[in-house]
Amino acid sequence: MSAFVGKYAEELIKTAKYIATPGKGILAADESTGTIGKRLAGINVENIESNRQALRELLFTSPGALACLSGVILFEETLYQKTSDGKPFVEVLQENNLVPGIKVDKGVVDLAGTNGETTTQGLDSLGARCAQYYKAGARFAKWRSVLKIGPTEPSELSIQQNAQGLARYAIICQENGLVPIVEPEILTDGNHDIKKCAAVTEIVLAAVYKALSDHHVLLEGTLLKPNMVTPGSDSPKVAPEVIAEYTITALLRTVPAAVPGIVFLSGGQSEEEATLNLNAMNKLEVLKPWTLSFSFGRALQQSTLKTWAGKKENVEKAQDAFLARCKANSDATLGKYAGGSSGGLASESLYVKGYKY
Amino acid sequence: MSCYKGKYADELIATATYIGTPGKGILAADESTGTIGKRLSSINVENVETNRRALRELLFTAPGALECLSGVILFEETLYQKTAAGKPFVDVLKEGGVIPGIKVDKGTVELPGTDGETTTQGLDGLAQRCQQYYAAGARFAKWRAVLNIGPNQPSQLAINDNANGLARYAIICQQNGLVPIVEPEILVDGPHNIDKCVDVTERVLAAVYKALNDHHVLLEGTLLKPNMVTPGSESPKVAPEVIAEYTVRALQRTMPPAVPAVVFLSGGQSEEEATLNLNAMNKLKTKKPWSLTFSFGRALQQSTLKAWAGKEENIPKAQAALLARCKANSDATLGKYKGGSSLSEGASESLHVKDYKY
Repeated sequence: MSAFVGKYAEELIKTAKYIATPGKGILAADESTGTIGKRLAGINVENIESNRQALRELLFTSPGALACLSGVILFEETLYQKTSDGKPFVEVLQENNLVPGIKVDKGVVDLAGTNGETTTQGLDSLGARCAQYYKAGARFAKWRSVLKIGPTEPSELSIQQNAQGLARYAIICQENGLVPIVEPEILTDGNHDIKKCAAVTEIVLAAVYKALSDHHVLLEGTLLKPNMVTPGSDSPKVAPEVIAEYTITALLRTVPAAVPGIVFLSGGQSEEEATLNLNAMNKLEVLKPWTLSFSFGRALQQSTLKTWAGKKENVEKAQDAFLARCKANSDATLGKYAGGSSGGLASESLYVKGYKY
Repeated sequence: MSCYKGKYADELIATATYIGTPGKGILAADESTGTIGKRLSSINVENVETNRRALRELLFTAPGALECLSGVILFEETLYQKTAAGKPFVDVLKEGGVIPGIKVDKGTVELPGTDGETTTQGLDGLAQRCQQYYAAGARFAKWRAVLNIGPNQPSQLAINDNANGLARYAIICQQNGLVPIVEPEILVDGPHNIDKCVDVTERVLAAVYKALNDHHVLLEGTLLKPNMVTPGSESPKVAPEVIAEYTVRALQRTMPPAVPAVVFLSGGQSEEEATLNLNAMNKLKTKKPWSLTFSFGRALQQSTLKAWAGKEENIPKAQAALLARCKANSDATLGKYKGGSSLSEGASESLHVKDYKY
């Protein structure tokens, strides 16, 4: 085979396929300590370990919500945390048929000589770290690469470096039993139109899949986490059907059929936008050899966070809000979302210019 | 869009989609004058224009055969030839619902510093030639790149140069209204096993599709003509189901779903082998977002040639042989081939010629 088929090959294929189950998706709860601090600050909650633990317990014990999910991405700290009853989070997830995943990148660093472009670090001792995470119960990983659109961006250097990084990360994960989620996020920032976004997305994805092939990555044991194809943040919005058409066309042109599932990131879209767009994609009458689902962070947690506001007495209400978004997105993966559930907060844009995790 | 969408975009997409119609495939009748000479001499027929014309008329007017075909690839001479009654071949094909195509490459040349590896030429003036062929009725083109498997082959140079050539050819065709069939043939020659073949095939196809993307080729308006994934010619054969599994998986790993169809080359397989393998692929229960069909030269014409032997009185027999292979392959595209049907003399004969040069 051109692909590396190590001792974990069958398990990787099985895990990736399960995560891509229609009707399910991923909760991205892997905010680093710094990033979750911003979220907590947004609801006036102190950024200490017990609060971080309380938030994640709220999410992972939401009645009914877990049935809409196939996986949860965790930050390292969370992988080893427990419920207030002393039950490891990993066990809570596993008992509810959720695959625990782990963020393994170490953030972005500037590419010198470019106009603010970055590459992602985290390859050092990654094999050993993956092996540890596997022992702790993780079965998939995530690594976020970031590109941007501008007059001369993304540059060829940025595309190549980020694609190479993703490929090295992916093969190291597979050597150590973790399904790599490959995430080449092209930021929405800018005043470009949807055609520009589509062109860049197609170029970036082609480079990513060439790199994965070069590095012998087993595509059947991976997932893709791309941006949807949309107009830039400073451009007029378009209908979900348009986003769906451009996004799927881009994917058909670049993502081989061997990839079992595509789990979109939400970028800065509001909870409702992200769900409507995902729904439109699944309604589109076109041949799609991979499932189209979600890996949402902000777009699943925003209302929940605001409803919780750090108060124990709000936990139940917050969990209801969380269930509502999980259900909405679960429906969207089946093209069945009727729209407009849980108004207000759900329509708030989550866009932050130059967003850094 | 990343891809180039010129004035022919819609037509290219429609043509490529039509060629991939289930139940149909391509007859590769684009043998150059030199190559068809070898075929004719093997049945003791003189390589003169009238004989070349007679052979192609036999093929294109075979009753029932055209229904199994969506396209025919022609050599330049043939594009301008007519039946004995004076009807242009192009019209015969169009009336039979078959799209005329044209071979546009100018053969292979060696890559210096490699161990006999080649690249394909034909880019000079290609745009003008495509325009002329379009005016003459052609709506698709074909360009054959050749790679081989060896201890150090294919080299990165051979892969890159052939991929780049295919991509330049493809975009020039699309600028001028012709659907490019992209053919990166990896020769079957050698003692390697099927695992080696699939490794090379996946690497080559990945490089080809990266190049097509770099050159802004509209994938929905292209076709792929790859080798099937098989053991080398000097290795023990394997079952059609194994060939099917390896081949389809290689395509799943490299070929974007936007490509509407795969039209396999037969590359030295016997008529029956090629059909059985194609059939096995279409029976396979797995993700196949593109149709899998044939673009056969030798594997459609071998029995026909032998039955004809250049004699007018043999034409009905020869046309029956062609119809049998066309029907067999048409069934194979639907996974319905029963095997061994109307095996004419030569249907099981291997058509492998070591180090085959067109």
